[in-house]
Amino acid sequence: MSETGHSMTGYIVHHLTNLRFDLTEMHFLHGEETGGFGVIHLDTLLFSVGLGALFLWLFMKAAKTATSDVPGPLQNFCEIMVEFVDTQVKDSFHGRNPVIAPLALTIFVWVFLWNAMDLLPVDLLPSIAGLLGIPYLRSVPSTDLNSTFGMSISVLLLVYYYSIKVKGPIHFTMEILTHPFGKWFMPFNLLLRIVEDLAKPISLGLRLFGNLYAGELIFILIALLPWWVQFTLGWPWAVFHILIITLQAFIFMVLTIVYLSMAHEDH
Amino acid sequence: MNFNATLIGQMITFGLLVLFTMKYVWPPIIQAMQDRQKRIADGLASAERGMREQELAKVKAAQLLKEAKQQAAEIVAQAHKRANEVIEQSKLDARTEGDRQLAAAKAEIEQEANRAREQLRHQVVSLAIAGAGKILRREVDEAANAALLDDLVAQL
Repeated sequence: MSETGHSMTGYIVHHLTNLRFDLTEMHFLHGEETGGFGVIHLDTLLFSVGLGALFLWLFMKAAKTATSDVPGPLQNFCEIMVEFVDTQVKDSFHGRNPVIAPLALTIFVWVFLWNAMDLLPVDLLPSIAGLLGIPYLRSVPSTDLNSTFGMSISVLLLVYYYSIKVKGPIHFTMEILTHPFGKWFMPFNLLLRIVEDLAKPISLGLRLFGNLYAGELIFILIALLPWWVQFTLGWPWAVFHILIITLQAFIFMVLTIVYLSMAHEDH
Repeated sequence: MNFNATLIGQMITFGLLVLFTMKYVWPPIIQAMQDRQKRIADGLASAERGMREQELAKVKAAQLLKEAKQQAAEIVAQAHKRANEVIEQSKLDARTEGDRQLAAAKAEIEQEANRAREQLRHQVVSLAIAGAGKILRREVDEAANAALLDDLVAQL
């Protein structure tokens, strides 16, 4: 019993461990070993770069042959995505900024592709990797906090960049210090602003991570069931997950647009 | 589940992706879409214009047809009138000509009759002279009585 329990825990832990490489000491980490900030998750990077390349390859192929005549299937698909994102951007952002729409498109498609990796059978890629001699592999980049926070922190940096660019450093500082309670509450305003700006990337990053991590965990748990009942839970969860992965990509995109449009507007 | 250098790697990847999307993906696709939108709008507008023009042409055609019909009716009426005139004129001409010819014939008949009468008179005179000559063969001197005979002829 305890043997089974131990192997189950091992299975789960193994599935939740990244392929880690310590850049400071130049070696792979195994088992319970932990490294410092110099560690990179090779699997996360590999999959996210690969999916990003897939996204760029698809869309650049469509963009290269884009015509105003009757579009082909690929162009049609890309146009639907572009138009969908463009509508979202136009709905919440009224300024002129050539970065926001492409940024939103990148986020939506990239996050969607990350999340979509969750629909592959949980054991498929790790087993193949195991055959190739790779001990650990996590194929869903959005179940890695580094991915989701890498993106949400980038968004926060952009928010600051545009706040300062649009409002000017002085006006921006004044805004931080005097809103929302006027100039007599400067420290309080500042504190509130810090909380607000911390909440942005944390909520963005954690929401995506949490949803996908939980989803993956449930897939792993379902995979622990006897094979003849797996589909009764696995199938509904996968169908439900199609909604989740799209929704999370959409939420990330929309919140990014909203944060950036707030950066462009005076309070 | 630790934060580590992967974070930086992901941020760089993200930045590069956004840059590429901004430069090579978004503009051509959105351009193609806008161009198509414009073309569709133009097409719809020209269709609208065409329909309006057709409507106008229909009205114009109907008007032309009406005018043509009216003109044709006028022409027919004029022709009728002219035909009647011509007939009347012809009747008149025929009547005049007939009258003229009748008058000429009558004159000729008169002339013929006169000539015949003259001739007859001469013949009667000659006959009378011949008769008288036979009766008066000896006594009457033709030359002496010629003046008398002429006087007689004139009296007839």
